Amino acid sequence: MVFDERLSLAAGMLQRFSWERAETSATNARIELGGRITIDDAAALWKRISETLSQVEGLQGVEVELSQVTLIDGACMALLVQFRTDLRERKVRCEFVAGSPEVRRIVDLYGGRGKIRHARAKRRPVSAIAQVGGATLNVLAEIEQGLDFLGRLVASTLDVLRHPKSLNLRDVGLTIERAGADAAPIVLLINFLIGFVMAYQSAGQLEQFGASIYVADLVGVSMTRELGPLMTAIVICGRSGAAFAAELGTMKVSEEVDALRTLGFLPLPFLVIPRMLGLVLLAPILVLMADAVGIVGGALVASLRLDITPTSFLIQLQSAVKTSDIVSGLIKGSVFCAAIALISCQQGLATTGGAEGVGRRTTSAVVTILFTLILLDALFTVVLGVFGL
Amino acid sequence: MKSMVSVRGLSIGYGKTTLLRDASFEVERGDIFVILGGSGCGKSTLLRHLIGLEAPISGEISIAGIGTPRLEGAAPRFGVMFQSGALFSSMTVGENVAFALQEWTHLPEEAVAAIVRAKLTLVGLSDAEGKLPAELSGGMRKRAAIARAMAFEPNLIFLDEPSAGLDPVSAAELDELILALNRNLGLTVVMVTHELESIFKVGKHCIMLDRDTRSIIARGDPQQLRKQSDDERVRRFFNRETSVPQWQ
Repeated sequence: MVFDERLSLAAGMLQRFSWERAETSATNARIELGGRITIDDAAALWKRISETLSQVEGLQGVEVELSQVTLIDGACMALLVQFRTDLRERKVRCEFVAGSPEVRRIVDLYGGRGKIRHARAKRRPVSAIAQVGGATLNVLAEIEQGLDFLGRLVASTLDVLRHPKSLNLRDVGLTIERAGADAAPIVLLINFLIGFVMAYQSAGQLEQFGASIYVADLVGVSMTRELGPLMTAIVICGRSGAAFAAELGTMKVSEEVDALRTLGFLPLPFLVIPRMLGLVLLAPILVLMADAVGIVGGALVASLRLDITPTSFLIQLQSAVKTSDIVSGLIKGSVFCAAIALISCQQGLATTGGAEGVGRRTTSAVVTILFTLILLDALFTVVLGVFGL
Repeated sequence: MKSMVSVRGLSIGYGKTTLLRDASFEVERGDIFVILGGSGCGKSTLLRHLIGLEAPISGEISIAGIGTPRLEGAAPRFGVMFQSGALFSSMTVGENVAFALQEWTHLPEEAVAAIVRAKLTLVGLSDAEGKLPAELSGGMRKRAAIARAMAFEPNLIFLDEPSAGLDPVSAAELDELILALNRNLGLTVVMVTHELESIFKVGKHCIMLDRDTRSIIARGDPQQLRKQSDDERVRRFFNRETSVPQWQ
């Protein structure tokens, strides 16, 4: 079949079967169908059905005559059955008559004797207020689940502290390796570029005021207090947060979490706490590395664009960056990582409904983590500001 | 002799849906007890309640020597095989079987390895110890799951749809394995299934659940129920009769 013909068929422009309408009386009509009617002809058939449905005013009965049909497939038969249902809903009688034994078999199989109801399920419109209410209840339920999870996690953590041997050390190591060692190159590259870009963007401005040397202050303080921990957390969210949610979600839907429970292992101490501990332990290391490479990126721009020697940059950096800047960044990074582990594991363990559920929960985990990171960052800024740090 | 599993006035469900109301039954020691019924009648949900994964709406479940089943940080007291096998996909078959033994016993590594080999030989999987679950066929995965469930020498094992989705030969092999474990070790088996061949081959006693009445509609020996039940729903189930008229 040439492309043009296929296109015309798909658009319902080309009709290869016959559809003849005859008025048998003032209130009755007969439609004589003929030829081969297959899925390729469905668009044209549907077009004729729609046309006919719009012209049934005053009719009481329609006969669909099938004796000239040489072949009809299930898809087209389904359309004819829907046509009959729509007519009956408008109080117009409709019957399929005649047809070869082969055609009658298809007619019977698809409810031609009227055994199967093909009435379309009517969807009742939901008002805007009900939609807002429903969405609010969903959010509240999610928050409740989150708080419940947090409470159980605290209780489990206390249990693990009382019985440290019960900790699944294997997963702590695995998490540090996968989320730490494997993530290090991308964390380093991103933070180097952030430091580089920040210095580059500000170089022109600072030069105008003869304040080029302050590029060290800008890059140093921004990286250690803000961007080092935040960018590192965003990378960990994308890599490990999504991985945790998908891994635990898949374990949940494939009954592996249930199997763990039947073997005496509780999911929180066995699956969640090791991942959280792994991330919290590696956060300070990654953040320190991020700070360092970000500053190196800034120093490179300072040296190339502003003619500031690395030594001058370093001396200025020492006077600009305080220990509290670095420490607050490290604390931030650890809290961010704890939040990433907590949210991703909670979302993973709340998964239901197969592969689609895993995808939905993974997306939800990443979005919730990003929102929470920004919220926590704002909180840190306010709290540290209050304490003058 | 006290029953192995005793269920009194049990009502189960999820959300606002009740699946089973006020059900009572006993599973004797050494029995192969089959929970059967059509799709959606709550067989698997009942099993999840029996093993303590879900809490009932009301009623009491008691397992001999344990009481109410609770899954807390302790060595497993009974074995469970899930419908898909639910082997840990990141571990080899051997590691799956060894997993709980390493956690809950102080056995040296060599002793654990010996037990793992013995359990895998028991289920006919001695060659699969180093394989990952993804490398196994459906039947092998289920047998590996039985080996894992048997690791702690339980005297009670729960099986969820053991022969579902298996070819006839694998399903028959699994039935033989269940019979052998029951006969030779005196293992009490509680299984959920709707595979008729399996039910008649291994089942000693059964209860049949019904979705519409949310109750147990038949209990007894499956062979006798097939021949003698007065209930049309039970007869239809055991004789594979349809309730809708034939079109062809």
